[in-house]
This record gives sequence, C-alpha cells and structure tokens, in this order.
Amino acid sequence: MRSDRDWNRPSTGARIAAFAGLAFLHLPVWVILLYAFTTEDRTYQFPPPGLTLHWFAVAFAREDIWAALRLSLAVATVATAMALVLGTLAAFALARSRFRGREAVTLLFVLPIALPGIITGIALLSAFKLGGIQPGFWTIVTGHATFCIVIVYNNVIARLRRLPQSWIEASMDLGADGAQTFRYVLLPQIATALLAGGMLAFALSFDEIIVTLFTAGHERTLPIWFFNELFRPRERPITNVVAVTVVLVTLVPILLAYRLTRPGTTEPNL
Amino acid sequence: MTAAIELRGVGRRFGSVTALEQVSLAVAPGEFFALLGPSGSGKTTCLRLIAGFDRPTQGSVLLDGEDVTATPPFERNVNTVFQDYALFPHMSVADNVAYGLKVRGVPATARRRSALEVLGLVQLEELADRRPGQLSGGQKQRVALARALINRPKVLLLDEPLGALDLRLREEMQTELKTLQHRLGITFVYVTHDQGEALSMADRIAVFREGRIEQLDAPRVLYVRPRTAFVARFVGSANVVEAHVAARLTGEARPFAIRPELIEVLVPAQPVRAGAITCEGRLEDVQYHGAASRWHVRIDAGPVLTAARPESEPAGQMPAAGDRVLLAWSPESAVPLVEGPPIP
Amino acid sequence: MMRVLSAKLYGRRGFYLALLLLPPLLWLGIVYLGSLLALLLQSLYAIDEFTARIVPELTLATYRQLLSHPANVDIILRTLGMAVAVTLAAAVIAFPVANYMARHAGPAMKGFFYVGVMMPMWTSYLVKVYAWRLVLAKQGILSWFVDQLGLTPALEGALAAPVVGGPSLASSYLGMFIVFVYMWLPFMILPLAAALERVPDSLLQASADLGARPGQTFRNVVLPLALPGLAAGSVFTFSLTLGDYIIPSVVGAPGYFIGMMVYQQQGTAGNIPLAAAFSVVPIVLIGLYLALAKRLGAFDAL
Repeated sequence: MRSDRDWNRPSTGARIAAFAGLAFLHLPVWVILLYAFTTEDRTYQFPPPGLTLHWFAVAFAREDIWAALRLSLAVATVATAMALVLGTLAAFALARSRFRGREAVTLLFVLPIALPGIITGIALLSAFKLGGIQPGFWTIVTGHATFCIVIVYNNVIARLRRLPQSWIEASMDLGADGAQTFRYVLLPQIATALLAGGMLAFALSFDEIIVTLFTAGHERTLPIWFFNELFRPRERPITNVVAVTVVLVTLVPILLAYRLTRPGTTEPNL
Repeated sequence: MTAAIELRGVGRRFGSVTALEQVSLAVAPGEFFALLGPSGSGKTTCLRLIAGFDRPTQGSVLLDGEDVTATPPFERNVNTVFQDYALFPHMSVADNVAYGLKVRGVPATARRRSALEVLGLVQLEELADRRPGQLSGGQKQRVALARALINRPKVLLLDEPLGALDLRLREEMQTELKTLQHRLGITFVYVTHDQGEALSMADRIAVFREGRIEQLDAPRVLYVRPRTAFVARFVGSANVVEAHVAARLTGEARPFAIRPELIEVLVPAQPVRAGAITCEGRLEDVQYHGAASRWHVRIDAGPVLTAARPESEPAGQMPAAGDRVLLAWSPESAVPLVEGPPIP
Repeated sequence: MMRVLSAKLYGRRGFYLALLLLPPLLWLGIVYLGSLLALLLQSLYAIDEFTARIVPELTLATYRQLLSHPANVDIILRTLGMAVAVTLAAAVIAFPVANYMARHAGPAMKGFFYVGVMMPMWTSYLVKVYAWRLVLAKQGILSWFVDQLGLTPALEGALAAPVVGGPSLASSYLGMFIVFVYMWLPFMILPLAAALERVPDSLLQASADLGARPGQTFRNVVLPLALPGLAAGSVFTFSLTLGDYIIPSVVGAPGYFIGMMVYQQQGTAGNIPLAAAFSVVPIVLIGLYLALAKRLGAFDAL
C-alpha cells in the first residue's frame, strides 16, 4: 500500500499548499482565543498589550448573556428532540422502501439544508405573517426543527443503509416481531448515529442566526445577542469571551459526533 | 403423510419482472431438498417465500399442511441460515444463538444453557463469549447454524450457506451438515448454485431456470436422465446434440445428451463394438485434467463433442491435434431430450 | 398485543410505511413547503405606496419593481459576481488540500486533515465572522503581519484599486471576498476529497504505465473524475454566497447584496412582498446553476 503511493509522492509545493489551506481555516479561531484574554478594551490592537482573565468574570456576571444562553439552550433542546423523532421516522420510512413519488419525498427531506437559510427564514416569516402568528419561542423552534430534521435524517439513513437487510430478516426468522427487532437489533445499531445526529443538530441550532433573525421577533438567542454586539461594540472584550464560550459549547458535541460516526466513513453527514 | 412444505402454483412478480412462475412442489418431512440453479433463476426467491420474508403474488405456501401464505416470518416454525450469516455484531456468540429464545421470553439462565448446548452441537462452546467479528468464516457459519437450530424448527432453510467458504472447508461442512441433518431429523431446504454440492448432499433436487422448475428428481436420475438440454448442461457437463445433427448420426431427428465420460475415442482403423453409434471427426485439442483428459473433437456432422477419457486411453499411438479420430458410444448412453426453451 | 399488531402490519408494508412517514412528511410538507408557497404568494402581492400596507391581490407589480430599478439589478449582479468569484477561488484553494488529504496522506494524516477541515466548518458561524473583523481591522492582526513583512505598500496598493478596494480590508469587497472564501472553503474541500478518494490508485498507475506524465494524468484522469465533487462543492459555495446577509453587513463595502435586501425589506421597510421577490432570485439562480452543471455533465461520473 505504502509503496503504491511512493511513486505518486506529492511535490513539496503541493504539500505546502495543502498545509497552507488548512492553516488558513484555523487562523481566525485562534485569533478569537487570543483576544478573549487581551487587556485592551477599545481597539483590535495586535499584538495585545497584555493578557488577563478579567473579562471572563465580567461576562459571567451579565444577566442578559445568561438569559440569551438559556433561551438558546432551550430552543436547541426542543428542536433537537423534535428532530430526533421526526428525522428517525423519516429515515426508517425511506431507507429501503420503493414507492411512487419517493424521489420527490427524498428531495423534500434535504431541501431545508440545500436551499440557503435565508429562504427558509423569509418563507417561514411569510407564512407566519399570512397566518397571523406572533413570533416567539415556538416560531424559533419551528425554524430550527425544520433543518435539524434533515441532520438527524441524514445521519440515521446513512447508518440504516449500511445495515444488511438480512439482520432484520434473521431477527424475524428467529421469532422476533417488529417491536422486538427494533429494540434488540436496530436500536443498538443506530444508537450512535442517533446520538451523533442529535448532537450535530443541537450544535447547529445553538449557533443558528440566519433563519433565527427572521423568526425570533423580540426574543434574543445567544447568536442574536452576539449579532447585535457586532454593531454596537460597546464591550468588545465581553463579546470575545462569549465567542470563546460559544466555540467550546458547539465544538465539544461536534467532535463527539465525529468520533461516533467515524468507523466506516470519514464523511460527515451534513 | 403431510408434506413438510408445499408450494401450490406459487408466483412472484416484482413490477414487470417475474421472479417465480407457477412453482409447485412438496417436500417430505426429514428430506434434504436442494434448490439448484444459476443466479437469478428464482431459487432464493422461492426460499424467501417459504421463510416468509416475501409473499407470493400468486399461489399459496403450506407448512405441515397449514396455509401460511399470509403468516409473517416470526410466526412460522422454520428457520434460516443466511448466506452472509447475518450474525448480530453487537451481541456475543451465545447471545446470538440465544436470540430466538430471548424474544420468546425464556429467562436468561435457561437460554444461556440451551445456547451452550446447541453450540456444543457445532463444537463451538468455547467461543460462546466472543463477538462475531472475532470469528473466522467457518466459525461464523457454525454459529449461524446453531442460532437457526435453537428454536428446534421443523424446517431449516439454508441459503448458499457454504458459498463464502474455501473449497476444503466447504467439503468438510458438507459432510457435517449432512450428518447433523440425519441426527436431528429436520427437513432441510438447501439453496445452491453448485451442482456438485446439490448432487452429493440432497435427496431430491429442483433445478430452477428463469423462475420455473425445469426438473425435479433424485440426484442420480437428474444426472443420468436429464430431461432438457439446460439440465443436462447445468448438472454435470454434457454434450447436447441438436435434432438436425442427431438425425445424421442416428437417423432420428430428436436432440439427445451424452456425457463426455461415455464417449470412447478411437483411431479410425480400430474395431468398434457392435451396435455402437459412431462418428468421425478431427481432433482439435486435448486438455489435461489430471484423472482424465478432455478430448475436443469436431465431428464431420458439424459440432464439437467432448469426450473424457482416463489418461491411459486410448491405447496405442496417441492421436495428435489435427488427426482424424473416431467417436463411439452405446445407444443407451444417449439421453433423449425434450425441446426446452432455447438456451441463450 | 404488540405481536398481533406487528403481524398485522407485516402484511401491509404500505400502511406501515405511511404510518412512519406521515408525521415528518406532515411537518416538512405543511411547515416548510407551506412556507415556501406562502413566500411565493407574498412575492405576488404588492405594497400600497400610500398606506404602506400589503394588498392581498395577485400581481406581478413587485417583480416589475424588482427588475426595473437599476439599483435592484445592480444588487443582483453584484451578488452573482461575488458568488462566482468566491466559487472559483474556493475551488482553487480547496483542490490541493483535498487532493493531499484524499490521495497522499497516510491514515493518521488523513484523520488529522478531516478533523482539521471539519473543526473550523462547525465552529460557530458568527464567531468566525467576528474573528475576521478582528483580523481585517485597521490595526488588526493582518495589517500587523503585513507591516512586519514590509508589505504595507502592496496592501495599500490593493486597497486603492477601484471597486474591490476601500479604506481598510474590513470595509472593502476584497475583505468580504476573503471572508466568504474562508467561510465556505470546507464545503468545497469535503465533497472534493470524497470524490478524489473514490479514484482508485490503479487508474493513476495505469495512466502512468501507459506513458502519461503526472501533469497529463492529472488533466486526463484525476480532474474528470473529481468533477462531480467539484460540482457538489460549488453548489454549496455558490448557493451559500447568494443567500448570506450577515457577512456583507459585518464586513465589506456599503453596496447591498440580495440577502441584505431581503432582511432589510422585511424588517425596517416592512415590505414583505419585495423581500419575498428578492428571495426568489437566489432560488432561480441556483436552479439555473444546477441545470448548467448538469448540462456540462458535471454529475455524469457519479
């Protein structure tokens, strides 16, 4: 294997280009980490004149941040729960079946991710306006659940397609009915896909801004709080601290999800 | 005696494709019954209809005299050994074997005991706590067998169970399966595309072709008296002589089959036994196959016939490629065939 | 009880399927598809100039307004131009990364690259935009680096260029372009790497064996087989750029983009019909792009 690739060694230039591309992707994330500790509170001066933990304490005492965080967590939890149920049902229905109109249904289940978020946002808003629905917690959840379903669906269906049909048949052959087959054979096999899909959905919802700005009304999720700060840069260091926190909160479930889905494929199920 | 399995005019269509058409057969209790055919001939579809994974679009399936056409697999007293074994990777070997008991609500200790007992039957007790992923192909095969036996089914369905094993292991398992079947007295329905396997193991064989049963007979009958050109060629190898050639050789315009080992190769001057059918031709080549050699002779009537002779024959000077030779066989060796559908 | 139910359902595959599919289908069918229809409906309404109220009568007036105002056409062209530029740049930068991780890296290095590409992709979107503001700011990290390297005149020259330039990187189309490329780069790398990974080594060996130099092998074997990945990635970068409104409002020159118009028209201006009509533009453009890619055979090797 190794020797197969030896004749095909990349040139030094190709190698440098690859690593430079990767470095480019990581540059801003590290910048944020650095700025969260800067002592300078008015400009983006680089290098920072000094480093401090002071801003973490300040951010910690801010009730508006806590309120936004609580709302974001609540929205992400509810949206993820809905997505887990609806996405899993859809994946089971579409994994192996063949029926007329299946293509159209499959398309519908990727459309919320395939079309730009702004379409989902303005479309939902149009519907809410037409239906006279007041924006609030549930309108945010509605928007998030719509694309979270796709995440869970993609993860679960990818796993289901890798399960041999003969496992289900073997289970039924040995006397297990549908419910027993689901509990003893299917559930253990899709558990990690469910967990991964759920965590990705949670992270995506927690971080969502494009759809949320259309559906939130006067509610402020953490990304909306953050977005407002970008235009009213009163307390930059606090924004920096929140940024670091958000990165950590979203990254942990994502890395876990990656680990859970890794055997077999290296592709993420977007 | 009621048949263990009976299919009555069973057909299965998938959209516009007919996988199985008008299949009727009855398997006696305790019989070793093989479904033999090339891939896509309908034999696996047939097995799946018996197991209940699929339902016929036509006809009915009876188990032990009871119509089970609409019964789901978990309500049928038949079990299956899958081609890919279908062992559950998240369960230990013992849990895999005990699965059939678990879903029937047998308590844990009792089912463990039974599982070990059945594993003993296939000499795998010591691997009870391994995962399927840690087993070799042959071991997986045995576990799959043990798992299918734990519910004491009246009928065991085996879908190409030895297909993934290498030759030596396959021959070993053939003997073992046959012994096990005798010991347990269970009806076996065995799907295979390997005619040698079917001939050596089965009591009766149904030869499938394009969704239909072409011939259903005991192995010996199937070999000695194939009904159609397809069976003659698929079960063992045979020279199939078409009607117009047959007319020139025997005077009767009816196709027949002749096994290569029943054709004698002679040099033209050699004396021929009285009553034998003979034809002259040119030797094209001789293939060495160890115990016997295969002689390909283009006969003057047109086609190439193959004769299989032991190494020592023919005595005297060996003809070389290009030489004239004489083929001879006794009339009763030639099996008249019915005109089946043409072989593509 | 369960068993009886299960046995009943087993025979009725269609019914069982419908039972599973109904809840998610209802959700996406009513909530999502319904909303898209509502969007289309809203775009066919118009706003009354005097009362500033939406008149619920079907009319093409809003679309006429959208396409007859030169300013609106400018916005569409500006967004389209940015989307094309970003897609091209992302493809050029992504290729060496994807090629290295798919075809040259050993298993450990491959894992490192996948995580390395996915981590920034999944890092908070807003935080990344914000970070770029810090990087591109007048006294920010990039100008510090440029200064350390003694390249300040070159940067100033670039910023002095017409159209793409501006007072600083943070308030120029050049800066916006960099941020867009950065944001969507992983969406180009991953499908491209997946496509390249499916190219068997034996094909490259066969090409070399038949006398092709590495460059020829790349052009004649690798590139055509990577095309579906490139196409898939470009659909992402193209469509994401068309629909984004956060990046143009946080980084870049004052010129409007489609997304910003949608957001502004529904918000401060309260003109939902015009916002809806604007949002139909990216859908049409993406549809055209997909049709074009399909025609050029970009998905044929799939």
